[in-house]
Amino acid sequence: MAADRPEGVVIDIHGLTKRFGDKTVVDHISLDVRRGEIVGFLGPNGSGKTTTIRMICGLLRPDDGSGTCLGLDILTDADRIKRQVGYMTQRFSLYEDLTIRENLDFVARIYDLKDRAATVKTTLERLGLYERRDQLAGSLSGGWKQRLALAASVMHQPKLLLLDEPTAGVDPQARREFWDEIHDLASDGLTVLVSTHYMDEAERCHRIIYIAYGKIVARGTVAEVIESSGLSTIVVSGSDVGTIAKAVRDKPGVEQAAPFGNDLHVVGPDSAALKRAVEAALAETGSDAVAEPGETSLEDVFIRLMQTAQARDRSANGKSEKAESPS
Amino acid sequence: MSAGSSLSRILALMMKEFIQMRRDRLTFAMIIGIPIIQLVLFGYAINLDPKRLPTLIVSGDSGPATRTIVAAMEASGYFSVAPGLASEAQANEALVDGSASYVITIPAGFERDLVRGTRPQLLVEADATDPAATSNALGALPQILSSALARELAGPLTTQANRPTAVDLVIQRRYNPEGITAYNIVPGLLGTILTMTTILMTALALTREIERGTMENLMAMPATPLEIMIGKIVPYIGFGLVQVAVILVCAQILFHVPMMGSFAVLLAVTFLFIGCNVTLGYTFSTIARNQMQAMQMTFFWFLPSILLSGFMFPFRGMPDWAQVIGSALPITHYIRSVRGIMLKGSAASDLVNEIWPLVAFWLAVGALALFRYRRTLD
Repeated sequence: MAADRPEGVVIDIHGLTKRFGDKTVVDHISLDVRRGEIVGFLGPNGSGKTTTIRMICGLLRPDDGSGTCLGLDILTDADRIKRQVGYMTQRFSLYEDLTIRENLDFVARIYDLKDRAATVKTTLERLGLYERRDQLAGSLSGGWKQRLALAASVMHQPKLLLLDEPTAGVDPQARREFWDEIHDLASDGLTVLVSTHYMDEAERCHRIIYIAYGKIVARGTVAEVIESSGLSTIVVSGSDVGTIAKAVRDKPGVEQAAPFGNDLHVVGPDSAALKRAVEAALAETGSDAVAEPGETSLEDVFIRLMQTAQARDRSANGKSEKAESPS
Repeated sequence: MSAGSSLSRILALMMKEFIQMRRDRLTFAMIIGIPIIQLVLFGYAINLDPKRLPTLIVSGDSGPATRTIVAAMEASGYFSVAPGLASEAQANEALVDGSASYVITIPAGFERDLVRGTRPQLLVEADATDPAATSNALGALPQILSSALARELAGPLTTQANRPTAVDLVIQRRYNPEGITAYNIVPGLLGTILTMTTILMTALALTREIERGTMENLMAMPATPLEIMIGKIVPYIGFGLVQVAVILVCAQILFHVPMMGSFAVLLAVTFLFIGCNVTLGYTFSTIARNQMQAMQMTFFWFLPSILLSGFMFPFRGMPDWAQVIGSALPITHYIRSVRGIMLKGSAASDLVNEIWPLVAFWLAVGALALFRYRRTLD
């Protein structure tokens, strides 16, 4: 079945497209994920991350494109894909009016697991929820709900785990533990595709894919993505960075000027032009702040990607409107 | 906290409510639709004085007096006399399966005895399971008879005609001789209570999952539409059967409704009926977008179920188009079956005409539900 696929490719999709009405939410996306990889799926709100994940696991029917998931055709084999995929939805989607144990038991029965009682018990113990097993799931805090949802989605030992913004609204420690768990699972051979907004989470992925306005605009390791952006950063340190930010923002060669406490990150595509702009701004404001070359962060790159995608999207829409107006 | 700012807050809430109401198309349609449909449908459909009730004649006499009596009954509008004569057995069967409401038996030698003035008997058997449906016609019968005989016994026989008792009119109210309304209402209530509760329960089945966000998870797991449907309706079949047990026990203890037929047949028909309802409710929940809409659809179904099924108003009193609608409702066939089993002792073979519509309905809504079920979030 997977014979014609390269060894170890878990997700392999080409030209996947989804339209809602006349809005193209996912626009000819192609991506591949290999076995044991943790791939981060990033992008602004409404960029098509959830839609893409739903198409991969058969919850939405693509309007165009094709692909395989675990060697099975996503268009025709959704039922068999579902059996081997764990999916954790963005919103908590277990039953709040069932207890923790009842929820796990339900999921175990749906997947027709052997040794159901034992599996549920082990899962409860591993989660550290065994003592609270008879508590209603709805009474759990956000972090615990998320851990329960993760446990429920891996109980049937899927080969692929799809996580849709799993850590939204969860505190840093719970997030840290969650990611440790994801890495543990991946080291056992589980493949993970996870969508997120958080830069620190992106940095915990083997590879990231950045999607904006339904199109993939960057992909690779974190270092590769930063490298390929071609951005330079100058960090200005001083007590009056707010004033400097205002002065430098509109100078040629400056794309972003974002204060971080007493530091100002100034980002632009051309390092020479950037240097001139910062020096001019310091001179204008008469500041004695210190300017030094800094490292471009993933966040800087993403904001740039988002802005360019936005500009392209606008101009594309503008063109199509112009094309339609004479008729 | 001035009155003005309070007014502004009230206005804000009012406007929000109106906006939400307008967005919910179904609710909006209900606001307009329910009064119109109720008024038109039920205003025309409901008739407390049913006419043209199917009547069979079993006659051992074909003299002119017999013909005059039959013609007069037909002319009164209450009776719709089937052409030709029926045998006693046929007539009895027709009463049991409900295809006839009255059987008029004219004994042999009726004409002769009438002329002789020896008061021949005229036996009228009425299906009194629904007292309201039969009482008006029975009440009119003596008057119809005496005016018919007045014409027939003209001339030398006027003396007989003038005697109010020229014919010994024997009326048998079959199945419910005392005309106890509860006997009729209780089977009907069984149907309406089951309709209301079981449809509502399953109508919320999927919409609740959608509203609580659990549907996405359910869909992502390997359960087929048929498995989900069966898993969701079977518990409510059990729920309905418990209700039936409660109602039947109360019917026995409080109203002493007789049980002439077999419990097994009653149980089988009830199972079919509950099956129809829970599957219909499930179908609603594949159509409705939220629980509110599911409840409205249930309510929308419930109205004709109580008004057009023969539960509140005599079925035969309704115009043909309303009877067609009524016949499409499972409750109509269920109420007839329950009345038949409990009051007439009908066997399964007597209820074929009520059972097949239930089976057909169940299969049809089940297919519709599977067709409507969205396997994806599209």
